[in-house]
Amino acid sequence: MRRFFGSSVTKKLVMALAGLFLIAFLIVHLTINLFLLSDDPDPFNKAAHFMASNPLIKIFEVVLMGGFLIHIIWGVILQIQNWIARPKRYKVTYPSQTSFFSKYMIYLGIIILIFLFLHFLNFYFVKLGLVEGDHENFYEMVYDLFKIPLYLIIYLVSFIILAFHLHHGFQSAFQTFGINHKKYTPVIKAIGLIYSLVVPAGFSIIPIIIYFFK
Amino acid sequence: MNIKLKIWRQKNAESKGAFVKYDFDGVSPEMSFLEMLDALNKKLIEEGDEPVAFDHDCREGICGTCGMYINGRPHGSVQGITTCHLSMRKFKNRATIYVEPWRAKPFPVIKDLIVDRSAFDKIMTAGGFISTNVGSAPDAHAIPVVKEKADIAFDSTICIGCGACVAACKNASAMLFLSAKVSQYALLPQGRVEAKERVQAMVLKMDELGFGNCTNTGACEAECPKNISLSNIARMNREFYKAKIT
Ligand code: HEM
Ligand code: FES
Repeated sequence: MRRFFGSSVTKKLVMALAGLFLIAFLIVHLTINLFLLSDDPDPFNKAAHFMASNPLIKIFEVVLMGGFLIHIIWGVILQIQNWIARPKRYKVTYPSQTSFFSKYMIYLGIIILIFLFLHFLNFYFVKLGLVEGDHENFYEMVYDLFKIPLYLIIYLVSFIILAFHLHHGFQSAFQTFGINHKKYTPVIKAIGLIYSLVVPAGFSIIPIIIYFFK
Repeated sequence: MNIKLKIWRQKNAESKGAFVKYDFDGVSPEMSFLEMLDALNKKLIEEGDEPVAFDHDCREGICGTCGMYINGRPHGSVQGITTCHLSMRKFKNRATIYVEPWRAKPFPVIKDLIVDRSAFDKIMTAGGFISTNVGSAPDAHAIPVVKEKADIAFDSTICIGCGACVAACKNASAMLFLSAKVSQYALLPQGRVEAKERVQAMVLKMDELGFGNCTNTGACEAECPKNISLSNIARMNREFYKAKIT
């Protein structure tokens, strides 16, 4: 089992590549979501229709699902090995100066995964036609969903969790790639911080605006 | 001064082990942590008890044997020193001090605070050497080495292999140790010759021995008594990829 997916270093590399790919995808996803803020449903519906029908996007979707699966499966394998590596825990532990969220990546990841299931049920499966959507268009469907307070809260909490995951994940991926430099690593960390604040904030602002102002 | 010690006592590798409390009065602030343990052992022997087994050798911070987990930190609370350099002055009177052995699957407890760290030796025999017979010390400047590289190589050679990185890591990963050893060769011309085989063989051995995987958490760097840098791990990753693709 240990060797099946390659060495520990290889596994980390694959996982970091998948993670960075997901990070890039989130920007695309956010850009489309921002159309929701327009009072005109057309731009968003057109974008959603494009995403549902374009054959190139279909290929990309398969790649994207692969990215998620690889990131999750590799992540879980690495984590299980890490738990096995310390069968007996310490009685006293002291929090050293470390990347704080690093210690909780698996739990943060699992919460993101739960959110993803919900998200697929609400949107993606509807788009694929696997689940019956009872709305004329996606724009209205989103607006109706975000008028439900519970859904708004789940959505917001999930993005806070995602921000934590990315705060460690973004810079961690570069260290995994072997990039650690006196000058550039602080820049990478700064970009990671900005990304992990701006992107989740961007996703969050949409349901907030819909709930309170539309 | 008086301290309340809670020390992990374990008869041998098979037995279960437990913390034993010692209310110890015979401590002076001038003592090092190991001298304090010596004094405790003297008392235990006089009372007919079994002394606490702990590893130590040089007592000057260079051999790397004296590792123990003190109040949740490898080598105690002072950054950049080993347990043998830790002064009792750093503890408050009447402090409770938990002393535990390193905890990691590849470092099984032999007795009390002593763990078997031969897993590190196995990693070294897998590739932590150069195969040429170098004879006696060569003339200085016979092989030119850039000063900056020599300095970084030196910074990684000062790893004493104490295992604090493994002990501190939440995953019991040996990446900091390994990367220091890979770096000390990778940066110098003599080490470049076998660089590819070395990094692959050492990583393979590390995985095989059951160490955890790196999550770039940084506890190892924070707790290393020799301040080995995380940039070594990045270098080792680079070396590993280079070896794989070329
Ligand atoms: C949009 C979703 C996600 C993105 C953008 C993302 C991104 C990342 C990135 C960039 C890393 C750092 C990789 C490295 O340094 O090797 C990472 C690590 C990790 N992720 Fe994710 N991730 C996502 C979802 C998930 C999910 C669903 C799970 C699992 C259930 C998960 C579990 C983990 C774990 C266990 C780590 C390893 C932590 C470490 O090595 O320190 N992630 N993630
Ligand atoms: S006894 Fe040698 S390093 Fe502490």
